[in-house]
Amino acid sequence: MDGLMVPMEHVLVVAGLLFTCGLFGLMLRRNIIFMLMSLEVMLNSAALAFVTAGAHWAQADGQVMFMLILTVAAAEVAVGLGLVLQIQRRFKTLDMDRANRLRG
Amino acid sequence: MNSIVLIPLLPLLSAAVLILSTGKMPRTVASLMGAGSIGLSALCVALLASSFLADGEIRELTLWTWMSIGDFSPRIAFYIDGLTIVMMSVITGIGFLIHLYSIEFMWDDESLCRYFAYMNLFVAAMLLLVMADNLLLLYLGWEGVGLCSYLLVGFWYRDPDNGAAARKAFIVTRIGDTAMALGLFLLLTELGTLDIQPLMVAANTQWQTGDTLPVLATALLLGGAVGKSAQLPLHTWLPDAMAGPTPVSALIHAATMVTAGVYLIARTYGLFLLAPATLEAVAWIGLATLLIAAFAALAQNDIKRILAYSTISQIGYMFLALGVGAFASGIFHLVTHAFFKALLFLAAGAVIHCLHHEHNIFRMGGLRSRLPVVFASFVIGSAALAALPFTSGFYSKDAILLAAWSLQDIGPWLWAGGLLGALLTGIYSFRLVFIVFFGEARTEPDRQPGWKMAGPLILLCVLSIVGGWIALPLAGVFPAAESHPVNHSVEWISIGVPLLGLLLAYLMFLGGQISVDKLLSAPMARRLVDFWFSGWRFDQLYDLLWVKPYKAIAHWWRNEPVDALYNGIVAASQWGHRRLLILQNGELRWYATIMVLGLVLLLAVMLRNAP
Repeated sequence: MDGLMVPMEHVLVVAGLLFTCGLFGLMLRRNIIFMLMSLEVMLNSAALAFVTAGAHWAQADGQVMFMLILTVAAAEVAVGLGLVLQIQRRFKTLDMDRANRLRG
Repeated sequence: MNSIVLIPLLPLLSAAVLILSTGKMPRTVASLMGAGSIGLSALCVALLASSFLADGEIRELTLWTWMSIGDFSPRIAFYIDGLTIVMMSVITGIGFLIHLYSIEFMWDDESLCRYFAYMNLFVAAMLLLVMADNLLLLYLGWEGVGLCSYLLVGFWYRDPDNGAAARKAFIVTRIGDTAMALGLFLLLTELGTLDIQPLMVAANTQWQTGDTLPVLATALLLGGAVGKSAQLPLHTWLPDAMAGPTPVSALIHAATMVTAGVYLIARTYGLFLLAPATLEAVAWIGLATLLIAAFAALAQNDIKRILAYSTISQIGYMFLALGVGAFASGIFHLVTHAFFKALLFLAAGAVIHCLHHEHNIFRMGGLRSRLPVVFASFVIGSAALAALPFTSGFYSKDAILLAAWSLQDIGPWLWAGGLLGALLTGIYSFRLVFIVFFGEARTEPDRQPGWKMAGPLILLCVLSIVGGWIALPLAGVFPAAESHPVNHSVEWISIGVPLLGLLLAYLMFLGGQISVDKLLSAPMARRLVDFWFSGWRFDQLYDLLWVKPYKAIAHWWRNEPVDALYNGIVAASQWGHRRLLILQNGELRWYATIMVLGLVLLLAVMLRNAP
């Protein structure tokens, strides 16, 4: 545990900030691409928290979870981009406020 | 024994064939089948009657077991004693004459085939009713004749009024039938059988005279009889039932079906003897009906309605006879009444037929020389109806009045009432004769009755005169009536009263010594006559008491108030649905925001509750 020592709390605060950024991005952006990117930010913030926790307790589990999240994120992007293409094709727009056909 | 089966079977088969031909049968064939089947049936009855008169043996015939449910297994079985023979002879004999008459009367009608189908079905059902060995089979016939009555009253169904009259007849009699069905249930549960003869034996062993149960059971049976026989308070359907063709009125609403109630009481007289209270009620119902109907008959101006009210009145006499225990006299009057009332109806039908369907007696007149056969029939029929001496009606009505006189306590009252009825009968029957057949002609007849109409009229004329001398084979059916020595003055009075009625009718409607107009000039008299004309306003009363409330309830019920609860639940959930629909706006960001808010909320709660 030599070298640059960053206290775990700081990293977790960064992860929290990142997560909040992603959350607000998700809630405020109307473009589906930006919403997906916000999701990525949120996933990565969670992954950062895992890695930090794993480093802190010297456990490999954190990194395993990071790998898992990476995979999930990749899969999510694959599906998400497919959806984006479909939305663009059908609605001729990426504005999610206009793609509200499921309105009750 | 086989010929017994043929008696109801022939009309039934003929009815089936006529119905299945769906009206495509030629007129000649249809009328031949319609009248012929009844004729053959009448022949079988004549053979049966002659052999019965020879040996006097009661014939019982079981065809098959109708159904078998637990201990209850009613059979299709016939029981033929003197009473049945009498009824069968009346039904097939008079039925045949009326069918023959119908051929000419209905010849121009487009539905001749349907007419004969219904008529034959009626005769079959009526025969089943009188031949039945058990009350359930009797009930089948009872409902069968009710159905045929409905179909034939509404025979000319294109006129909505006829349909209304048919429905009225059906519904009003159905009220009585419901009571009768309840009576049958009671008898079955209490006595365990519906076979008439075992039933009477069981009743006599299990019940004491005057117990509550026999009174209740007979009262319920009486309800059925009152409905079918158009007695007070269920008599209102019969005058309206005149909407049917006139031979139908003659057969169903004068000679046979309406006397089924009399037959029922006579058939189950053993039960009624156990219930003196009901028997007394029968007498009073008969008396009240005969008086009310006689007064109503005085004021009518439709030839058939006069006869309808007189039928109600005469059946009142039969009920009076049953009520005072003179069962044989009641049946005797039933038979003679069948003769002369069928005659009167057929004669009225001939008048209507020859006068372009004219019903109003004040538009007739002077037909004495124009329709001599009909005139003779009407005079003989009216004489018998008014019970003038030496006609058939005289003997039967006299027997009833004397039986009433002989009864203890209430007897003289019943006798006096019956006598008043006899006076009124004399007046209204000869009022009809004098107005229709005397005076100046107002409508000219356009044809004469042919032999098919005149023949039955002449035969019934003969029967109406000699019918009083026929000895009915009723010995052994009913308990022998105790014969009381009757004062001769009583007999003279009952002979004289109808003659007085005839004299009054003559003075009022022919001689002109008593001016009817002057009698009617008093305002009270006018109102009284209107009251009688409307049949004592029974229709209006029932309209007010039953029909209007029923319609009001039905109208209210049409909006299905019970469903309001369930409709309310539906409306509430729909309302909630519309409110909640706002949340489902299809906007992804909105959903995400809500999720975040929920998450924050959950987090806040968890943190607050954390130790």
